[in-house]
Amino acid sequence: MSQLEQTWADKPGLFGALATVNHKRVATRYIVTTLVFFVLAGALAIIMRTQLVHSGNDLVGPDAYNQLFSMHGSAMMFLFAVPVMEAVALYLLPLMLGTRTVPFPRLNAYGYWLFLFGGLMSFTVFFLNIGPEAGWFSYVPLAGPEYSPGKRQDFWAQLITFTEVAGLIGAVQIIVMVFKMRAPGMTLSRMPMFAWAMMVTAFMIVFAMPSVMLASTFLITDRLVSTQFFNPAEGGDVLLWQHMFWFFGHPEVYIIFVPALGMVSEILPAFTRRRVVGYLGLVIALVTIAFLSFGLWVHHMFTTGLPPLGMSFFTAASIMIALPTGLQIFCWIATIATGQPVRFATPILFVIGFFFIFIIGGMTGIMLGATTVDQQLHDTYFVVAHLHYVLIGGAVFPLFGGFYYWFPKMSGKQLSETLGRWNFWLFFIGFNVAFFPMHILGLEGMPRRVYTYLPANGWDGLNLLATLGSYMIAASVIVFVLNVARTLLKAARAADNPWGASGLEWATTSPPPDYNFAEIPVVASRSPLWEKDFPVAVVTGLPESVPSVLVTRLHDAVPDHVGLMPEHSIWPLLAALATTVLFIGTVFSPWALIWGSVPVGITLIGWFWPTREETEKHRAVEIQPDEADKRLTTLSEVMS
Amino acid sequence: MNTPTTLDVSRLPTYAFHHRSLMWWGTAGMIVIEGTLFAIGLVAYFYLRGLAQHWPLSAPPPDLLYGTMTTILLLISGIPNHIAAKAGLRQDLRAVRIWMVICVLFAAVIQLTRAYEFTALNTHWSRNAYGSIVFALLVLHTVHLVTDFVDTIVLTVLMYTGPLDGRRFVDVAENAGYWWFVIAAWLPIYFTLYLVPRLFD
Repeated sequence: MSQLEQTWADKPGLFGALATVNHKRVATRYIVTTLVFFVLAGALAIIMRTQLVHSGNDLVGPDAYNQLFSMHGSAMMFLFAVPVMEAVALYLLPLMLGTRTVPFPRLNAYGYWLFLFGGLMSFTVFFLNIGPEAGWFSYVPLAGPEYSPGKRQDFWAQLITFTEVAGLIGAVQIIVMVFKMRAPGMTLSRMPMFAWAMMVTAFMIVFAMPSVMLASTFLITDRLVSTQFFNPAEGGDVLLWQHMFWFFGHPEVYIIFVPALGMVSEILPAFTRRRVVGYLGLVIALVTIAFLSFGLWVHHMFTTGLPPLGMSFFTAASIMIALPTGLQIFCWIATIATGQPVRFATPILFVIGFFFIFIIGGMTGIMLGATTVDQQLHDTYFVVAHLHYVLIGGAVFPLFGGFYYWFPKMSGKQLSETLGRWNFWLFFIGFNVAFFPMHILGLEGMPRRVYTYLPANGWDGLNLLATLGSYMIAASVIVFVLNVARTLLKAARAADNPWGASGLEWATTSPPPDYNFAEIPVVASRSPLWEKDFPVAVVTGLPESVPSVLVTRLHDAVPDHVGLMPEHSIWPLLAALATTVLFIGTVFSPWALIWGSVPVGITLIGWFWPTREETEKHRAVEIQPDEADKRLTTLSEVMS
Repeated sequence: MNTPTTLDVSRLPTYAFHHRSLMWWGTAGMIVIEGTLFAIGLVAYFYLRGLAQHWPLSAPPPDLLYGTMTTILLLISGIPNHIAAKAGLRQDLRAVRIWMVICVLFAAVIQLTRAYEFTALNTHWSRNAYGSIVFALLVLHTVHLVTDFVDTIVLTVLMYTGPLDGRRFVDVAENAGYWWFVIAAWLPIYFTLYLVPRLFD
């Protein structure tokens, strides 16, 4: 084993597995965990659809149904959609940017553990009949102490705390990594589109998630220690909840969808054999979407009696989002039109499915953005149809395309194309069969979140159709799981770059070694692997006795210094356990905030406190900033 | 693939200060997140105030004494923190040790005045929405105050006992920087909790 391998390798056995800070190992767990939650939340949807298969069905009662749709929505949003995008980024970005790990590997492990424990808590209490019951947005007063007694909503509030802390940790990793850890020569304008998309997403997370954390804290204190934030009788206000929730909740939609846009911009070039058209326009569109997304939360509140002038503003802002989104779609169409004939492999099928479904979802979005239409359709199945068209079409389809595209990178094996086609067509047809009828049901006035309906409503036929569609989606997901299992067990090794793609992530072996790149490449192009002279140069002289990365300058990625990274540690796991005790403790007693913070403090100190061995290793390779006066002058010198 | 030339980085420093370091960016990220948290808390305060006929709701404003003491002490504590950060930048271990102890002492006294502040709010979180938001803002800031107090103690002890390498000086600078955020975040909260009810209501 070479020195480099030894330095980056995990300790063997169970301890090694628990103490690992390897970004690929942590991110792989993260992805698998989110997919398990996706399957569980999807199973809840199947139960709901089965309940609605005909009028007057009594498979589940109203109380169980409330928990089913609340848990389905909460889990899909907080335990699947946002974290899966971050998890994919935490795997791929270091490879795409040409570095060896994430900027804070231990914090990364802590974030994952916290996410896992939060998710386990939520599903455990759900199976104990303590699942959330007031919808994924938990409106007060329904979710408040008076109308939701018991602990159901308290656990929901803590689900938010767990997942948002984990989400924020991921966001900081992504921002710092994109800013400071790009391979030499990868200026901002040479960055992969997925990195741009994730950076924009991370900024949205940073500004949006604090709002929902504070709101859910207000909710839990209203319920536990009788604060009066949302109690109108004591000067509180129920709409304060809606404002705080949707100030987060609307950007949340784009937090899910923008990473998917980045994936599409990565997948398309590989199959059209050309760079994506309109790189600058695509970047500007992403940034514009991010800004606009913070200015339209009130379109979720059009029926709350806000002033008409305000509503006009939010209508305009909502409809404006069509401009940057449309720009992106035209760029992609131009990429397909001007590239070489497309090879219809599974990733590209999912991208084309995304175009079709997402555009329909965007159209109904423009309809709902108009106050007058929204007031008619609010809380009907039309909204259910719209949100699934944008979220499944806009995020899950590109995500599945991404899985097929990057699976060889992660595993070294290629998923079966035959099963991939079954996966796609079952999903695509099943999705439309399930959700298109919901537009009509909504127009006919079927309200969402009802556990049954009457025969006289005449909604039986379309509901039956929707339920059949949902079974097709379930079948499609089963095909996907089988495909993954079969490939991991049986398939032969794939080539390192099976799609002939241009991104840096394909410059190393598949799966990559623990240290990602034996030699960090120097980049001189936006599509480095398609250049004849790749790599222009490789980095040498990074210490091999300690995990180290190259830290580069923000704008031009000129090498600045060597970052010495922490080694594996069990403390992040212990700190996450202590934090879990604190968070769950506060569901039962506010004093848990006090006594629960003691173990958290102890574990954090243990985490921070350097060991003598590690310090010695670092001192052995240490070069102080003022010693290093012979800084590299310019990158161009090396590259010429 | 050509035989590539090499970019030798073996003479680059293994740590760096300020915005060159990853730790600075990580801390900046935390500050932005927590700054957003404070900002939204303040917006909630003014939102509730906008709905009320009288403000504060059935209570006199919080007593000025302890809150003002905290504010003045916090502002003065910026000085030893600044000096400690500069000492960190010079990698002057002796000065770092001395000034960090002074920072800890300041922070300790501020914990006391903060504790007294809670006794002088003239309301309770369960009385009405005004009491709730006043307590929320003060607790939110206190969490930061306590966390950074403990952080500073731990780092100070480490600077005395070791094991030390150069990157600990970066930690010293970042720790002081974070304390500046704790000060900066307090000023609008002080203004809102103590002065807004007196000046504008």
